[in-house]
Amino acid sequence: MIKKKSLSSGLIITLGILVLVFLYFPVAVVFIYSFNSDTINSFPMGGFSFKWYGSLFQNRELMTSLLNSLKVALAGTAIAVIVGVPAAYGMHRVHFPGKQLLNRIVILPMMLPGVITGIAILAFIQEAGIRQGMGAVILGHATFLLGTVLPQVYTRLRQLDKSLEEAATDLGATEVQTFFQVVLPNIKTSIIGAALLSVTLSMDEIPVTYFLNGTFTTLPIKILGMTRNNFSPEVNAICSIILILSVAAIVASVAMNKKEV
Amino acid sequence: MKKPKAPKAAAAKPRFFTSSVSARRFLFRGLLVPMVIWLLLFLIIPYLQLLLYSFWTNGKFTIQHVLTLENYMKFFTSGTGTNRPVLVLLDTLRIAVIVTVIAIILSYPLAYFINFKVQSPRAKQSLYMLAIIPLWISYVMRAYSWRLILGSSGILNALLLWLGVIHEPLNVLLYSDVSVIIAMVHIYTPYVLMPMYTAMEQIPRNLVEASKDLGGGKIFTFFRVVFPLSLPGVITGATYAFALSMGDFLAPSLLGGATSSTKIANIVQQQFGTSNNWPYGAAIAVVIFLVVISVLAVAGKIEKHFSKLDPEGGKTAV
Repeated sequence: MIKKKSLSSGLIITLGILVLVFLYFPVAVVFIYSFNSDTINSFPMGGFSFKWYGSLFQNRELMTSLLNSLKVALAGTAIAVIVGVPAAYGMHRVHFPGKQLLNRIVILPMMLPGVITGIAILAFIQEAGIRQGMGAVILGHATFLLGTVLPQVYTRLRQLDKSLEEAATDLGATEVQTFFQVVLPNIKTSIIGAALLSVTLSMDEIPVTYFLNGTFTTLPIKILGMTRNNFSPEVNAICSIILILSVAAIVASVAMNKKEV
Repeated sequence: MKKPKAPKAAAAKPRFFTSSVSARRFLFRGLLVPMVIWLLLFLIIPYLQLLLYSFWTNGKFTIQHVLTLENYMKFFTSGTGTNRPVLVLLDTLRIAVIVTVIAIILSYPLAYFINFKVQSPRAKQSLYMLAIIPLWISYVMRAYSWRLILGSSGILNALLLWLGVIHEPLNVLLYSDVSVIIAMVHIYTPYVLMPMYTAMEQIPRNLVEASKDLGGGKIFTFFRVVFPLSLPGVITGATYAFALSMGDFLAPSLLGGATSSTKIANIVQQQFGTSNNWPYGAAIAVVIFLVVISVLAVAGKIEKHFSKLDPEGGKTAV
């Protein structure tokens, strides 16, 4: 019996670890190749070098697209937070018909393939006379980012002890005071967490951006292009840098969301 | 407007915020207005606009704003051989199902391992983080990495050559449906894993203990207790993987063969790009939307059914 138990446990543990290896191996390969001194990604690697990291910063187009991505991510996240956080609080405080429906609609762009949302917004801006470009991309990003900000902040609000708000009101605080002095400090970490996640998602988004950007290039669109025509090993280096930054942002975001009130 | 019976003290308070329930309700609903307007303008109207486009047609220079079913007819009847759009849709469905099934098979042991085989909460938390971090690793990076592995001078071929399994590099690994499936499994496995893990985490441990105490063996306990209770999470995860791989046009274009791996979303992408037939592309997008939405609806029903088994009320939402 004991032997049988350890056998099945061993099997599950081995399988679990193999799956983790499967998830990380490809990423590790890109990271390792980013130090390749060769121009071709063949195995085994030619030698060790930092040169691709150096040449990254000389690549003007790449740097421009990075800057563009940062602008889009910050603007999109700012809109999602400014529009989404008050809405989450409103949903938390009052009941109204269609609340469930609203909850579902807001996450639609997260559930549906990006291509559908991308071309839908493209069709819309075409009819509305808005040009493709940075504005359209920000608009698209803010729309799907609402789908992460609202549910996250709303979930945190629901976990909040109701008596806190009641106590504030009983002690004579106005609703505005209650929100800014009692509620906001308690949901601050979840807002920061949601914002960090939004920036990360925005910096990596392709399907929606692809249809709205026109000649405006974001970083992932640029990298996508670099992997296609006249390939450069700089791709490995830029991917590795993004990898490190996004993992840091995600760990911070999860820590913020987990933080006990 | 105020009831005459209201006590004086209440009337003295700042009325707008505290005294009137309806005013308060008005204020809080007001907070929702910007979001509702935003969603209406930039999400709901665009989706409807897309639907409308699918009933218009491409004229010589401009889009003809006349309602017609032409695009849908074209979708279901045009083409020859395997290039027929309907067959591409079925092929995409096939790939999405394969990807979803493999992603479930890979996620289950990992979720089970972290949930039931790791004792310390800290280690559990760290392993879970490790398992879902790939969800946010750059999409291009994850898709592109498989080129380095599966390419003719890639790592896998080098390994197989070295082992003597093959004598010349295999070219079929990359730029085929195989590489598209592998990359999509890699990309969408964390989406399956996350809700699956949450569902398992919520299984009351005393239920598992009780089953064992009452003489249920390991296998019995797994199939009668753990597995049914984890199903809502499995289904949620599966719908994510299915929906996203149905509409993925990047993995097929980065890793697929020139024409053999054209998937349904690639046809949409072409209509909005080189082919420049937006109404036709819109119609295909509507078809994808309908497929995805029906799968989501059916999955939601099944999930609800299994959630009823959960004594805690089935809180498996992500």
